[in-house]
Amino acid sequence: MSQFQQVFFEECFEGLEAMESGLLNLDIGNIDSEVINTIFRGAHSIKGGSGTFGFFGVADFTHVMETLLDEMRDGRRKVTQTAIDVLLGSVDCLREMLTSIQHEQNVEEISVAKYKQALEIELYGAAGVRASTLPSENNSKKEKAEVKILSDDKAVELSQQGWKIAFCPYLDLLKTGNDPVRMFRELAELGELITLANVQDVPGFYELDPEECNIAWDLKVLGESPLAEIKEIFNWVEGDCELDIQPLVVKSAKPALVVNKAADAEPVITLADKPASAPGINADIIPDTPATVPQHKREETKSAIKASSSIRVDTAKIDALINMVGEVVITQSMLGLVGENFAMEKVGQLKKGLAQLERHTRDLQQGVMNIRMLPISFVFSRFPRLVHDISTKLGKKIELKLVGEQTEVDKAVVELINDPLVHLIRNSLDHGIEMPAERIAAGKPETGTIELKAYHRGGHIVIEITDDGHGLDKKKLIAKAVEKGLIEENSIFTDKQAFELIFMPGFSTAEQLTDISGRGVGMDVVRKNIQSLGGNIEIISELGKGTTIAIHLPLTLAILDGQSVAVGDETYIVPLVSIIESINITEKMLNKVAGKGETFRLRNQYIPIIRMHEIFNVRSVNREKTTEGILVIVEGQGILCGLLVDDLLGQQQVVIKSLEANYRRIEGVSGATILGDGSVALILDVPGLMRFSNR
Amino acid sequence: MASILAVDDSASMRKMVTFTLKSAGYEVEEAVDGVDALIKAQSRLFDCIVTDVNMPNKDGITLIRNLRSLPDYKYIPMLMLTTESGVEKKQQGKAAGATGWIVKPFDPDQLLKTLKKVLG
Repeated sequence: MSQFQQVFFEECFEGLEAMESGLLNLDIGNIDSEVINTIFRGAHSIKGGSGTFGFFGVADFTHVMETLLDEMRDGRRKVTQTAIDVLLGSVDCLREMLTSIQHEQNVEEISVAKYKQALEIELYGAAGVRASTLPSENNSKKEKAEVKILSDDKAVELSQQGWKIAFCPYLDLLKTGNDPVRMFRELAELGELITLANVQDVPGFYELDPEECNIAWDLKVLGESPLAEIKEIFNWVEGDCELDIQPLVVKSAKPALVVNKAADAEPVITLADKPASAPGINADIIPDTPATVPQHKREETKSAIKASSSIRVDTAKIDALINMVGEVVITQSMLGLVGENFAMEKVGQLKKGLAQLERHTRDLQQGVMNIRMLPISFVFSRFPRLVHDISTKLGKKIELKLVGEQTEVDKAVVELINDPLVHLIRNSLDHGIEMPAERIAAGKPETGTIELKAYHRGGHIVIEITDDGHGLDKKKLIAKAVEKGLIEENSIFTDKQAFELIFMPGFSTAEQLTDISGRGVGMDVVRKNIQSLGGNIEIISELGKGTTIAIHLPLTLAILDGQSVAVGDETYIVPLVSIIESINITEKMLNKVAGKGETFRLRNQYIPIIRMHEIFNVRSVNREKTTEGILVIVEGQGILCGLLVDDLLGQQQVVIKSLEANYRRIEGVSGATILGDGSVALILDVPGLMRFSNR
Repeated sequence: MASILAVDDSASMRKMVTFTLKSAGYEVEEAVDGVDALIKAQSRLFDCIVTDVNMPNKDGITLIRNLRSLPDYKYIPMLMLTTESGVEKKQQGKAAGATGWIVKPFDPDQLLKTLKKVLG
């Protein structure tokens, strides 16, 4: 079973997400029954699955949620904001429970019990819960009585030698797919079966409808089979037949025997025990979960490790890949044929084959990269909840709009972009959007809007967070920066430069830090995270109208468009995105600056030159004269700089291999790649290189 | 060996049912909801249908009702997977033509035992 647990967990988390977004979409007073149904179905599936997979704590918890939702679904219960909040809390609690179980940690019983109680209060009212939670004296008495009755039953059962069954099906019995023959076969397994068919109601041949059941039976099952098993066989046809089951008493039954048998009727007690302990709510059920876990410990550990790196892929993408692999195989066999008896006249064929191979390899590469692409909705879907919770807390009215959720982006980017986005959205909620009264005074709609938008542009994905709040105040920003000692007084800034101030370490504009946004990590960390993903962040803001923060990110972190350059005998890769232009330089464009090395004048701008062969200590062919090399103008964090190289080799896509994983981190180098001839080339990290050469 | 159509919107339940049944030698096809199941059931004849009740698009009870109205499925056993709370659901299911039910949660042995009941 454990091999399906992974699927089960994934499904649960999906279900929880659907429940969460459903709950957030519920509009009190105008309830969409389909939404409630979806939420209900989520709880229902988790309950069914968790019971089957042995997570009884979860099953128990979801049962209460399900009951509550079921009543809402049927319209027996009104949907209130408190109920929604309790359910939202329960969704969180369930998510934690499942995560704990998945990672084999102990479930936080106290918080689970707390949420469960909240649900029960919602369901039964406070008084009802107390009654049902505490196992009362009454209950245990009843339990004992039950046991006794069952034991008595057993005594009777065992006293006789079998059962007499009168079974008279209604005409329609066959129409549910039930078949008396199959039932008789089952009865025969319990003991010797004697059947007597009563065919007096069977009509004549011409009136006979073969789809109706006209026969009745008198059956005898010999032996000491329990009544429950006999009843179970007829369980499915209850209501579709007349059924009478009587003990088949044989005269020789001795009373003494009855007492004896009743005394050792123990198994029945355990049976009766079970339902009696089930209503004991709270803690006594929950410990079941951790207790059952160790049994499958080994398999589960394995699957948990696998889980952290698993990915769900659309089958269409896989089909496309298989198709491409097929193409590659065909091309390969074609090339093999050419090579087998190679002659010069086959050169044309060879070239054609190689061209085909190149095309297929490229397609294949793209196909494989595609597998790693996930829609950005994986990240976006968490935000409606965040906005709901925070805006309630702040007493603001805010609507969140999501645009372009289906935009696809690399899985690694998806995982890493979440935290910076959360921070930015918190900022918009807390600092951007005004309080309702303030908004009305400013002539804006009472409800503020935050738009989260994703789209592709070039080889990048752009994520924009736009709010219609009061925008950034340039004067305030500058005053704050001066106060913090980050800039000098009377400095002159353009709007853009002023907005950039918020990215400085130690800058925070909120007059009071709140627990929503002022958490010590500032915008500088956000920017650093985004830059470490190879992206950048910019701000557009208009005072009184709102702010847009745009994040540009590469689509994938595994492949890079690069320009290969030669320095001596070495080849380096410069990321194409950071190259502005490449030029041949002349003597008169150069300037020597004392203590600062060489600079270069490009259209009235002085640009520092980084001599690559010096930085990397490589023997260069033009070590003496700068003018014999080529200058590659690159940009890193808004600063221009010229890299002096010997030659430009060509543009190509390179697969990034981590240096940190294989060697160690080197400043100025972001990774390495393997070239067509098998040699290794370093990939330059332009901003890092600039910092390095400045020292 | 008999062929079975397993219908459930939950992938984990579906996989578990399929795995259990295949291990016992049955031939199994999966469907993700009632609509999918109805299409699959019409493209070939199954010896038995095992379906969840609560599903999007088309629920298990409607599926059973639709299938029962097809001449080919008039007497084919159809089992519903249901939770213990559903006495009402069982009645609805029977009225729609369900042969019987398996109460969730169930373990693989229970499932096989129940299927043996209808398939012999």
